[in-house]
Amino acid sequence: MQLALFIQSVINGLNQGAIYALIALGYTMVYGIIRMINFAHGDFIMVGAYTLFYTIPLMINAGMPAWLAVIAAIVVCVVVGITVEIVAYRPVRGQGSMTALITALAMSLFLENLAMVLFGANPKSVTAVFNLPTVTFLGATLQTKYLLTFGIGAFMMVALQLFVKKTKMGKAMRAVPQDKEASTLMGINVNKIITTTFAIGSGLAAVAALMYCSTYPRCTTDMGSMMGLKAFIAAVLGGIGSIPGAMVGGLVVGLVEIFVKVYIAPGWYEAITYGLLIVVLLVKPTGILGKNVGEKV
Amino acid sequence: MNAKTKKSTLIAYLINFVGIILLFLAFTGVFKSNLLGSKTTYIMGICTTACYTIIMVASLNILVGIMGEFSLGHAGFMSVGAYASAIVTGALASAGLPNILLFVIALLVGGVASAITGVLVGIPALRLKGDYLAIVTVAFAEIIRVAFCNFQITGGGRTMSGIAKLSNFYWCFWVTVICITIMYMFVRSRFGRTVKAIREDYIAASASGVNVTFYKVFTFTFSAFFAGVAGAMYAHYMTAMIPTNFNFNYSAELLTEVIIGGTGSFTGSIIGAAFLSALPEAMRQFSIYRMLAYSIVLVLVMIFKPGGIFGTYEFSLTRVLKKLAGGELFKGKKKGGAVHE
Amino acid sequence: MSKEPVLKAQHLGITFGGLKAVDDFCLEIGESELVGLIGPNGAGKTTVFNLLTGVYQPTEGSYYLCGQKMNGKKTHQVVAAGIARTFQNIRLFKKLTVLENVKVAMNMYMHYSLFSSIFRLPGYWKEEISIEEKAYELLDIVHLRDKADFIAENLPYGQQRRLEIARALATGMKLLLLDEPAAGMNPTETAELLDIINVIRDKFHISVLLIEHDMSLVMKICERIQVIDYGVTIASGKPEEIANNPRVIEAYLGKDEEEVAL
Repeated sequence: MQLALFIQSVINGLNQGAIYALIALGYTMVYGIIRMINFAHGDFIMVGAYTLFYTIPLMINAGMPAWLAVIAAIVVCVVVGITVEIVAYRPVRGQGSMTALITALAMSLFLENLAMVLFGANPKSVTAVFNLPTVTFLGATLQTKYLLTFGIGAFMMVALQLFVKKTKMGKAMRAVPQDKEASTLMGINVNKIITTTFAIGSGLAAVAALMYCSTYPRCTTDMGSMMGLKAFIAAVLGGIGSIPGAMVGGLVVGLVEIFVKVYIAPGWYEAITYGLLIVVLLVKPTGILGKNVGEKV
Repeated sequence: MNAKTKKSTLIAYLINFVGIILLFLAFTGVFKSNLLGSKTTYIMGICTTACYTIIMVASLNILVGIMGEFSLGHAGFMSVGAYASAIVTGALASAGLPNILLFVIALLVGGVASAITGVLVGIPALRLKGDYLAIVTVAFAEIIRVAFCNFQITGGGRTMSGIAKLSNFYWCFWVTVICITIMYMFVRSRFGRTVKAIREDYIAASASGVNVTFYKVFTFTFSAFFAGVAGAMYAHYMTAMIPTNFNFNYSAELLTEVIIGGTGSFTGSIIGAAFLSALPEAMRQFSIYRMLAYSIVLVLVMIFKPGGIFGTYEFSLTRVLKKLAGGELFKGKKKGGAVHE
Repeated sequence: MSKEPVLKAQHLGITFGGLKAVDDFCLEIGESELVGLIGPNGAGKTTVFNLLTGVYQPTEGSYYLCGQKMNGKKTHQVVAAGIARTFQNIRLFKKLTVLENVKVAMNMYMHYSLFSSIFRLPGYWKEEISIEEKAYELLDIVHLRDKADFIAENLPYGQQRRLEIARALATGMKLLLLDEPAAGMNPTETAELLDIINVIRDKFHISVLLIEHDMSLVMKICERIQVIDYGVTIASGKPEEIANNPRVIEAYLGKDEEEVAL
């Protein structure tokens, strides 16, 4: 009995963690390039989730596999992400991190309230995407779609890491935060890089929405902000700006949440996650895999 | 500040005090004479809401505008004040104390409880800056919310009701005046000056002998105190509350109001808070469009007028009177006088 | 008279992750002495300043102000004890007025409480009035009295540098560290700066440690010069000695004629 509970918790924790990791990847990508916490990232996921809500039934009626709806979600999220960047973030770029933060907050509020106006406050049930078998394993149940979540997360992480490290555009992306002016002088179109980064981040959000909805088939207008915060915690924990860090951070947060919920105090598990964030930021703000950058006096 | 300007400043304080009394009399006259008929209680309610909102926005402005740091957890401090005061007045309910005394006790308990929380949160949190500080304040506020959802004494996650309705408009008006005055005096003193210096350049402030950590925590606590007072006012007006009333959305809304009104401007905070607390009531059927409108306005303000609508402008009754009297009323250095409520 | 030197630095050093930025730095400065600290860019001069003002904690050695050990003190404590500095890249309180910039540095001499300020008790008025007088006096020394109500960031560059000096003076220090005060100044401004430094020494009897690249200024005003390169002291002595020291010339002074204030 005890072993089964433990294994179940590990399974659930890893699944939860993989979802957080997928979301955290988007945060960390944007922060790594633009040094800005995109508060609205969680809401991009909400956009993806609502898109899925509408497009999955369309796919099913057309006789296609339900998960192809993610393509529509990716398209919508990318469009929203690029629009937000061009309309709101670009005009205030370079005016200090406070301005950037407030603008991001404003976009987050805007998206949430727009969704409220368009879709109403009632939660919507998203049709099941994957009909995969459930496996029993040492007394614990493993839904094989969890493996899918985990696999996609790992794949995304590897793909992104290769992209950033090996490709020309990836190198340009790493150059921009080091020195914007020098990058421009080197022929890098900074605007294009930043827009592309947002596009990738938003696309990731759509995939994250898919995996989230396969585990929790419900979308509400405020699902973005809380998820976003937890995923942000994951990104910081793993080392903000580090792609493998997002994965590590996500899994840690997922496991901690589930284990606290099951073994320690169910009513307090959120507080523990937030407490973890506070401890990390105070003890090692660069996170598990992050690097230290001091301030010149 | 010299002997001459001291004199003109004191005169300005007197003028403002008279102005506030006149304003109070105006409000009293309108309400007591039943000018608004059946809507009187309703409007009085909005004005009371405006009172604690003004205190919340102004106290947050001290952190954001004067100290230049973010807090997205201000609602957390308000909740501490609200619950602490409600628990105490609940315990004192059978003591037979006069309402005004109970009200004052509630406010002080709320303020002190919140201030203590402010110190506990501030000491670790203020080691961080910018984005990270903002996130940490959210984290702390959420921890507070989760805590209140788990304690039985605060309702255990359900509504806590039966709180004594002690907040009437007339008392709240004066409490608000007192709070704003104290905050204003803080800003126009060596404390405000030092904190602004920290905002501008904390390394230079340190090199000028300023104990940056002390002043940051002090200001944070100062701001939290008033959030607690506002919370107590809120609790004893609404008579019922639930921890999710004080969630991240409310903190974000407050921050929005500070920014739009003008960081560093009391006038902006007051007008902004008053206007924006009246607005939801006036636009009851449009409430879902309200935050939508706020967020759009916020983005526009960020792009076109980052200092906020009022920037650092302060309304000055003294200045207005001087203009009306043709500028001959006072000699000596012109100074932007105290804030008119 | 055997009095403790104002500054005594003994084998001060700091290592950053394997790189020794400052190594075995020794220096004694007496009252009213003006010592120059020179060396090529990146030699570690500002790092020495950061060590002396508690911005960095030394990983070896110690330093004393008038006999009092300063190791481990935080910046504001060092300043309260009596060491003040200016910055290589001016750090003013940009949006505050010139007068306010100076007043901030005098906060440690003000004691009226929050209570006092809320109720505007006599203590508040007395201290504010007295501080304002003193602030104006300091602005007089740097010829900025008429700019008292200007916003600091609106001042021209040379005046901003002078304001920084006034602000440092306001801390009531015994030792003043000036980090390239003449950087970016034209000859007229530099001459004015020289005057100001002389006035400060005469009026306040403070010791000064000066980092500068403008060799004519250094030679004219410093009683002694210490030269560092790659964190290591390579020479120390009177200006004439330094000017003729082959090691110094090799490291730095060889470009004397071309060396112009940045």
